[in-house]
Amino acid sequence: MNPTDIIDADSLRDDVPEFRPGDTVKVHVRVVEGNRERVQVFQGVVIRRQGTGVRETFTVRKVSFGVGVERTFPVHSPIIAKTEVVSYGDVRRAKLYYLRDRHGKAAKIKERRTVTT
Amino acid sequence: MATRAIVGEKVGMTQIWDDQHRAVPVTVLRVSPARVVQVKTPEREGYSALQVTWGHRRASTLTKPELGHYERAGVEPGRRLVELRIDGADAYEVGQQLTADLWEAGELVDAIAVSKGKGFAGGMKRHNFKGQGASHGNHKKHRAPGSVGACATPARVFKGTRMAGRMGGEQVTTLNLEVVQADPERELVLVKGAVPGPRGGMVVLRDAVRTPTPKGGGAR
Repeated sequence: MNPTDIIDADSLRDDVPEFRPGDTVKVHVRVVEGNRERVQVFQGVVIRRQGTGVRETFTVRKVSFGVGVERTFPVHSPIIAKTEVVSYGDVRRAKLYYLRDRHGKAAKIKERRTVTT
Repeated sequence: MATRAIVGEKVGMTQIWDDQHRAVPVTVLRVSPARVVQVKTPEREGYSALQVTWGHRRASTLTKPELGHYERAGVEPGRRLVELRIDGADAYEVGQQLTADLWEAGELVDAIAVSKGKGFAGGMKRHNFKGQGASHGNHKKHRAPGSVGACATPARVFKGTRMAGRMGGEQVTTLNLEVVQADPERELVLVKGAVPGPRGGMVVLRDAVRTPTPKGGGAR
């Protein structure tokens, strides 16, 4: 236990679902435009989870109009309205950087049938 | 000079989210209530200050003169005695308690503490020297300071020339840190940014004495 955990406890969210690299997630992001706030969905594959506690982040990769887009979110960030797990993936690595060099079918991730979390 | 000051202990650094959902790096300081042991006034001592203590300490670990000093003030002995140089110290009374609610979020403070000791450090680390080239035929002189003086005149190295030596372990003041949160209930103060010294080190917080001029240049 770290001495600053008492402060961190206020910043942590308790509604984060369990997901790991290889899983496909829908991240509902709060976007503020002027004084209007709306929710944008960013769907893709989690290619990395890094850090611990309040500092933990995850990176989602999606291919948008043929261009790879990666976005990193702090797991406990208040800009995330909701995180949904779409499907669980079966992968052998913690960091799926190899997906960056693959397109189409080669970039497909096998689905994890038995979800043991 | 500052009008408010208090002593605290550095707990560590972390981050919190601000109202615009941005991550703010903060240093957590534990500020247990400080008890005023002596009020120093310009009339009697020649300057204005508060002598305070905090925490607890067994009376058997004190010397007789220290014990007498506490007993005269009628204050329970604390970890150590610290002097806070502030203006208008005579507004305070002996035995009064200072707590973390001295400041509110958004105010600027200075943090005074003893920095971490770095031991015997070279010129690059200690004085930000550039060092020398990695290549171009350089041999075993990559982090050397270079020339320290001239030739037959003056035939010596001037005093105060910056060289390698002991670094750190000296009092450092970090100016104008923003108070992010003051929590008297949990005895915590959160300031934005880094504070000198190791975790568990003593930190003196005081009002910012050199507030920056607002953007666009303030009135002269």
